[in-house]
Amino acid sequence: MDYNLFRELADSWGLVYLFALFVGVIFFTFRPGSRKKADEIAKIPFKEDQSNG
Amino acid sequence: MRNISEVMLVGLAAFFALLASAFAVDSLFQTHMAILCFILAGSTIILLRRVEFASPDGSFPEPDTSGYMDEVIRYGAIATLFWGIVGFLVGVVIAAQLAWPELNLEPYLNFGRLRPLHTSAVIFAFGGNALLCTSFYVAQRTCRARLFGGDLAWFVFWGYQLFIVMAATGYLLGITQSKEYAEPEWYVDLWLTVVWVAYLIVFMGTIVRRKEPHIYVANWFYLSFIITVAMLHVVNNAAVPVSFLGTKSYVAFAGVQDALTQWWYGHNAVGFFLTAGFLGMMYYFVPKQAGRPVYSYRLSIIHFWALIFLYIWAGPHHLHYTALPDWAQTLGMVFSIMLWMPSWGGMINGLMTLQGAWDKLRTDPILRMFVISLAFYGMSTFEGPMMSIKSVNSLSHYTDWTIGHVHSGALGWNGMIVFASLYYLVPKLWNKQSLYSLKLVNWHLWLATLGIVIYAAVMWVAGITQGLMWREYDDQGFLVNSFIETVSAIHPEYVMRTFGGLLYLSGALIMAYNIWRTIRGDVPETVQQDQPSAVPAE
Amino acid sequence: MSFLDKHQKLERNLSLMFVGSLLAVLVGGIVEIAPLFYVKNTIEKVEGMRPYTPLELAGRDIYIREGCYVCHSQMIRPFRDEVERYGHYSLAAESMYDHPFQWGSKRTGPDLARVGGRYSDEWHAQHLKDPKSVVPESIMPKYSFLANAEIKPESVTGHLKANAVVGVPYTEEMIENAVADLKAQADPDADTDGLEERYQKISIRDFDGNPDALTELDALIAYLQMLGTLVDLEAYKQEENLR
Repeated sequence: MDYNLFRELADSWGLVYLFALFVGVIFFTFRPGSRKKADEIAKIPFKEDQSNG
Repeated sequence: MRNISEVMLVGLAAFFALLASAFAVDSLFQTHMAILCFILAGSTIILLRRVEFASPDGSFPEPDTSGYMDEVIRYGAIATLFWGIVGFLVGVVIAAQLAWPELNLEPYLNFGRLRPLHTSAVIFAFGGNALLCTSFYVAQRTCRARLFGGDLAWFVFWGYQLFIVMAATGYLLGITQSKEYAEPEWYVDLWLTVVWVAYLIVFMGTIVRRKEPHIYVANWFYLSFIITVAMLHVVNNAAVPVSFLGTKSYVAFAGVQDALTQWWYGHNAVGFFLTAGFLGMMYYFVPKQAGRPVYSYRLSIIHFWALIFLYIWAGPHHLHYTALPDWAQTLGMVFSIMLWMPSWGGMINGLMTLQGAWDKLRTDPILRMFVISLAFYGMSTFEGPMMSIKSVNSLSHYTDWTIGHVHSGALGWNGMIVFASLYYLVPKLWNKQSLYSLKLVNWHLWLATLGIVIYAAVMWVAGITQGLMWREYDDQGFLVNSFIETVSAIHPEYVMRTFGGLLYLSGALIMAYNIWRTIRGDVPETVQQDQPSAVPAE
Repeated sequence: MSFLDKHQKLERNLSLMFVGSLLAVLVGGIVEIAPLFYVKNTIEKVEGMRPYTPLELAGRDIYIREGCYVCHSQMIRPFRDEVERYGHYSLAAESMYDHPFQWGSKRTGPDLARVGGRYSDEWHAQHLKDPKSVVPESIMPKYSFLANAEIKPESVTGHLKANAVVGVPYTEEMIENAVADLKAQADPDADTDGLEERYQKISIRDFDGNPDALTELDALIAYLQMLGTLVDLEAYKQEENLR
């Protein structure tokens, strides 16, 4: 194993993979229709139903 | 009889500690085990008083396990405050030692032994207890479930305190493996591993029994902090002990591999212990104190994944221009710079939560404290990526600039968010209407802020001064300054730094007084009419 | 649609969350750390590296115990001023037997990577006992107790063995003779032929100026005096080790 092999891998498929992952995560999260659900989850801290909270 | 098994276990452990002390192969282990035996024997006696006997009809009074388990959180809140003050005090002492070296008292109170005590006390004792107690609080509230595992939470709490005491006494004795922020020796590391697994079980168990279908984002941050710290701790502390009855061990890795493993650990102690876990606090307490949900929940999802993925790569920026291969340094630098984005994304998410509630800042010093904490988070997460650029690092590395940077993050971000969270928590935990005094919170806030600003500013000056003096040439091409001249040059900054630390410590002492009066149930003599309660309407 | 549903699953499923975040934090460490063990040239080929002598190892343990690394680095960066001030920049090979490494992160005091041979033993002894007596502006703590703390030579064998387990090439012979070697290095009258054969470039003398006792000061000075002196830097070829 040497440095050049790693470098080549990192500059090509590594880069593509990470970029695709990044775009995927953004799309996943901000996909249309996720807002309603997200707003609902964001209210969880205010839903304490037990008295000693 | 009930509660007898703990007594027997701890008592037995005390006996084994005594045996270990008696058969120790070195005097340090002998002393350390004697200390352990003393602590465990004392704990046995305290536990004995908790043993309950059955009433004549053979039944026990059932303890109430219906609501949230808050007693352990109350202990955690007090432990946080206690260790915070200890850690700040040791910090002031070692700052003074650098300004006035006569304050070193050999061998136990020399700078080299007190410095790990300071770093571990503030990171693991103060920060760690804050994480323990807030994670227990937040997990219960956002899952609407009682802590899992019954008394296991108590084991986590007291086990962690034992770890702190063993680590701290070890440092003073000279028991260290010299890996920064991972100084405790192998047997203390093993103990922490046991406690940490128990912590993971309690935390995950609580989430499993949640009544809420979704897992709130604060819990994601806490969870990733617990998992990652476990991974870092186990790998970085891999070592071979010389004897199972001695303190000394030799770590598994050597030289360049050990250096990168250490800073992979060290940087992610910052990234996960001091950032991810504390972001968990932010995502719960800031919305609660502001009385509004987090600005963008979807941004917090991106924030989470980006932060935990990127942080782990940043370690090599601690090793710029060293014998670490260049490719690793460059990789560390690139990821450190990218890290700026999720960090600021998180900060913006926290600050924008106040959108529409900015007016509360005028009247609510606790909310103000949260905002200042986020501001310092933003500043240090900008400064950090900047310092990870190799050309900047060539000047800043090995100097006090790094120390200043760390403290603007630790005192500003970590310290302030813990203080603010505790101010929020204490009245709730002890069922009080409000804090004893909001005015004192304000005093604390400004003393601490002034302290940090002085500290960071003078360390910045000291670091750049020294860095430039080291590389100063005269017109003949000779180095201008001897090393010792660069030390004398920053003496005024060292004095100022001690003063900054003292301000920060006095703020914490005011807090302790305020919290103590709150828990006692005192109400200030003159209740200001226009001051709203510290507790937001729910 | 099934693709989008998975997102919700992740949010609701604790074990998926657990695995997901574990994977996310594993990648960086694996990509950065693992190659250091395999990629050639990570550690340069040099002449002269050898394991620490038993006395140097004992001294190194004291260096660690007292937290010297908190203020002193052992890593000279390849800059003109550092090379002029401290000597040839540090090579990875020079710390290949260091469990753990002592590169440090802060220079409250000067770098020590090549401090060996720069000062006399007397200077070191005096400096460690009372730094201000030789450097009036020094802010270093005193370590005078080292001069009175006697070393127990018997324990050193176990230390060599543990080092051998983690990969330091201590031979059977080195381990067998460890106790005698430790005593002999600080004793100018001892028979040191075997010791010199086992460890190249070794200094043998009474380091702390007190021939009656084998102290921690002896060990620490022996360690400091060897720092950076092992590798033959004349023979080191930079071009062959580009990485």
